[in-house]
Amino acid sequence: MNKIKKTRFPLEEIMLKHIAQNDKKWSEEDLPEMNVLRKQATEYLLEKGFPNTKMEKWRSTDMQPVYEEPLTIYDEAIPYTKKVNEIFQCDVHGFNTKVISLLNGTYYSKENEKLTVSKEGVIIGSLAYAKKEYPAFFKQYYGKIAGEPSDGLKAANTALARDGAFVFIPDNVEVKDALQLIKIMNQPNLAVNIRNLIILGKNAKLTFLHCDDSINHHAGFINTINEVFVGENSSFELYKLQNLNDETALLNQTYIHQERNSNVKAMVISLNGGLIRNEISNDLKGQGAFSNINGLYLMDNQQHIDNQIYVKHSVPDCESNQLFKGVLDQESKAVFNGYIWVAPDAQKTNAFQRNNNILLSDNAFVETQPQLEIYADDVKCSHGATVGQLDDEALFYMRQRGISFSDARMLLMYAFADEVISQISMEGLRLNIEDMVKRRLRGELSICDRCVLHCSNPEQPVIFDIDMSKI
Amino acid sequence: MADEKKEKEMLEDVTSGEYKYGFVTDIETDQAPKGLSEDIIRLISHKKNEPEWLLEFRLKAYRHWLTMEEPNWALLHHPPINYQDIIYYSAPKKKKELNSLDEVDPELLDTFNKLGISLEEQKHLAGVAVDAVVDSVSVKTTFKDTLAKHDIIFCSFSEAVRDYPDLVKKYFATVVPYTDNYFAALNAAVFTDGSFCYIPKGVRCPIELSTYFRINAANTGQFERTLLVADEGSYVSYLEGCTAPQRDENQLHAAVVELIAMKDAEIKYSTVQNWYPGDKNGKGGIYNFVTKRGICKGDRAKISWTQVETGSAITWKYPSCILKGDYSVGEFYSVAVTNNYQQADTGTKMIHLGKNTKSTIISKGISAGKSNNSYRGLVRVSKKADNARNFSQCDSLLLGDKCGAHTFPYIKTANPNAIVEHEATTSKISEDQLFYCQQRGIDMEKAIGLIVNGYAKQVLKKLPMEFAVEAQKLLAITLEGSVG
Repeated sequence: MNKIKKTRFPLEEIMLKHIAQNDKKWSEEDLPEMNVLRKQATEYLLEKGFPNTKMEKWRSTDMQPVYEEPLTIYDEAIPYTKKVNEIFQCDVHGFNTKVISLLNGTYYSKENEKLTVSKEGVIIGSLAYAKKEYPAFFKQYYGKIAGEPSDGLKAANTALARDGAFVFIPDNVEVKDALQLIKIMNQPNLAVNIRNLIILGKNAKLTFLHCDDSINHHAGFINTINEVFVGENSSFELYKLQNLNDETALLNQTYIHQERNSNVKAMVISLNGGLIRNEISNDLKGQGAFSNINGLYLMDNQQHIDNQIYVKHSVPDCESNQLFKGVLDQESKAVFNGYIWVAPDAQKTNAFQRNNNILLSDNAFVETQPQLEIYADDVKCSHGATVGQLDDEALFYMRQRGISFSDARMLLMYAFADEVISQISMEGLRLNIEDMVKRRLRGELSICDRCVLHCSNPEQPVIFDIDMSKI
Repeated sequence: MADEKKEKEMLEDVTSGEYKYGFVTDIETDQAPKGLSEDIIRLISHKKNEPEWLLEFRLKAYRHWLTMEEPNWALLHHPPINYQDIIYYSAPKKKKELNSLDEVDPELLDTFNKLGISLEEQKHLAGVAVDAVVDSVSVKTTFKDTLAKHDIIFCSFSEAVRDYPDLVKKYFATVVPYTDNYFAALNAAVFTDGSFCYIPKGVRCPIELSTYFRINAANTGQFERTLLVADEGSYVSYLEGCTAPQRDENQLHAAVVELIAMKDAEIKYSTVQNWYPGDKNGKGGIYNFVTKRGICKGDRAKISWTQVETGSAITWKYPSCILKGDYSVGEFYSVAVTNNYQQADTGTKMIHLGKNTKSTIISKGISAGKSNNSYRGLVRVSKKADNARNFSQCDSLLLGDKCGAHTFPYIKTANPNAIVEHEATTSKISEDQLFYCQQRGIDMEKAIGLIVNGYAKQVLKKLPMEFAVEAQKLLAITLEGSVG
């Protein structure tokens, strides 16, 4: 089985070359613990290479076209001459966010501040700088849940990622404003590896918006790993908003570790993107932990979305929910792989999982695998999956009452998506996303809208062909 | 607390229950030497007086098998199988040609009596034609004459090769080609016997056809092949039962079943599998790697699989339906019970190709002891399968806190008119139901039997009468009283 790979993809070559060139420099920069991880990951990549469709977890997502694209890795941050405000015209409705940004994979801030420390001790900033300033955190947390190379792309990230966001929330601190991370790619043919580390102490609270946007039509590959540690009684909300061009491939792996009585809410909204793969691995390590992972995907053209959710119930008395819904048009393809694993002694576990899909065209394709692996008997676990289409009777009912076919269709699709959207607890964000989804379903949304929080106007009502108020 | 202790004791009582069918019949057998090679395959082929084309087929399959790797995707753990340590041919020694039941080896008849499928009794009472396969060679087929009146062909596979070569050639390995998977390739190379059945156009088979498999000799693998063809507008119900004596070594069983339903035909295939599951420490038992597949070739054809899986150390089995004809229907009803160290990875595949095809999957898993029970199923709707409809329900019941129940459904849909639904639940026996029964003076053990039987009812009622009784008894033997 341990055959050394003989032929390599161009992207593998580039990555391995980049590692070889910088190995010495990086070894000096990094902590010894990180060097060990990097070495391990490099060896894995050398031996096994990138994942392919022969591997069970990657069977339905063929990354080969991405591997073969002529992509480049930049050594240094690419300077951006325009003012940051021109890229991120942030005009947020109804709620405040603190914005941090990654430009082509490198931490970028308005005032060129690499790290900010609030008076409560909240640290937000660049991962590259944080590892020099706060090595203790890195010794304790970095790579602890996402360090093990289990596939080639994860290994590539561990071996190559140099920067990303670092967030630390100390005990008993509730961060009021949501933290918004914007990743922007504005250079052609870039392959970037981003690593984010988020640590919440005890009784802490954080809302994190994770936006993936592209502002041009260049091809690219983003490989991100998020490591999140949620301490006792803490609450963490994660919103991932993905609105990318059709040429970009995005791989997003999120590892969440939950302590006793912690509460995690994660939501993935994928509106556009050539190839998106979201992996969320959630380990419920403390009794009474609660996790809620939801997703909504609206795909068309030849877009491909793959959601891989792995929830591990390691201890008793935890609860987890997964709800993923999607609408697929044209030649798009959606893959859902939800996994619930219940440890032998994890009694009183409640775990639920649901995936609903609507297919709108002859050429759209759905593959769904809601899986359960259970080793404890006093549990309540269920899962369900459906693939279908809009309810004919509902359509008929509405058309009978004078609503045009396209409006009726839109209303139904919107109602379908609303089950997920209504779970967003930040009102301003919810209104924004509602609006985004409406426009997306009408086909009016383009990547020019950039981040959801920017250009949309939630006050603007949905315009129907006929005036609904007069009916 | 006292209750809990009592429950534990009961669980132990049950888990230590001995395998009822663990007796060895002392029949002289004609065996090939251990191991697998082209020579062995030639020997098998020679012993069976096979035509050249079949030998060629075997050799092709063997050569292909050599290039394959054993699949490892199932949630099963077992030491590697040494394919050279198996006897690939073992037949009861033939003394002379048998013409009537009286001539059958009395010891063999005794075996059948112990199994409760007395040929004579069934001949008179149940009206079931039995094709009994002991260690791969069909011994005696009953009711041949009755069937002959309807022009139904029901015989051992080797007879079919001899007597109906055209039919066999036409359908053999068309549903499960030797390239299909590792175990199908192995079976194609070394299969020794099996059953062949052909129902002519418009004939409704008047009796339930049945095969009883039993592995007798030590170290033998059983590789039988069943081919069932239902021609236009015909109907057949086929029963299959399996048992094996108690032995310490693991024995391999790699069978292939092919069903072909033409236009308007219906096939109902029921299995009660009770191979020796190994002792309570997980020693011994049958490794059951079976490929079963049916194809609804014509419009409005229907194939229905019903299985009760209680035995085998390892079960790897996915009876599937290819719904090719428009309006064809596929059904899968399964009860899988695992206890002690048994492992089951079983389920189905429903491949929707034709328009307006329908499939139903009802799977009930029950795990006890330290066993693992997985459902793994695929529902695929191809682009052209307009208005395809699938409903799947997979429930798992856990008895005890050391066992595992898993569900791995795969759903692939490429048609916007298709409706596919899957739902699954995992739970333990309801305390309320137990309490209710006990309140009314039903003791714990009986109450559990009652609840489990009720839980599996949906599937059991799909079995033909004769089997339903046996299956219910089997469930009770395997499980009654086990709750943790």
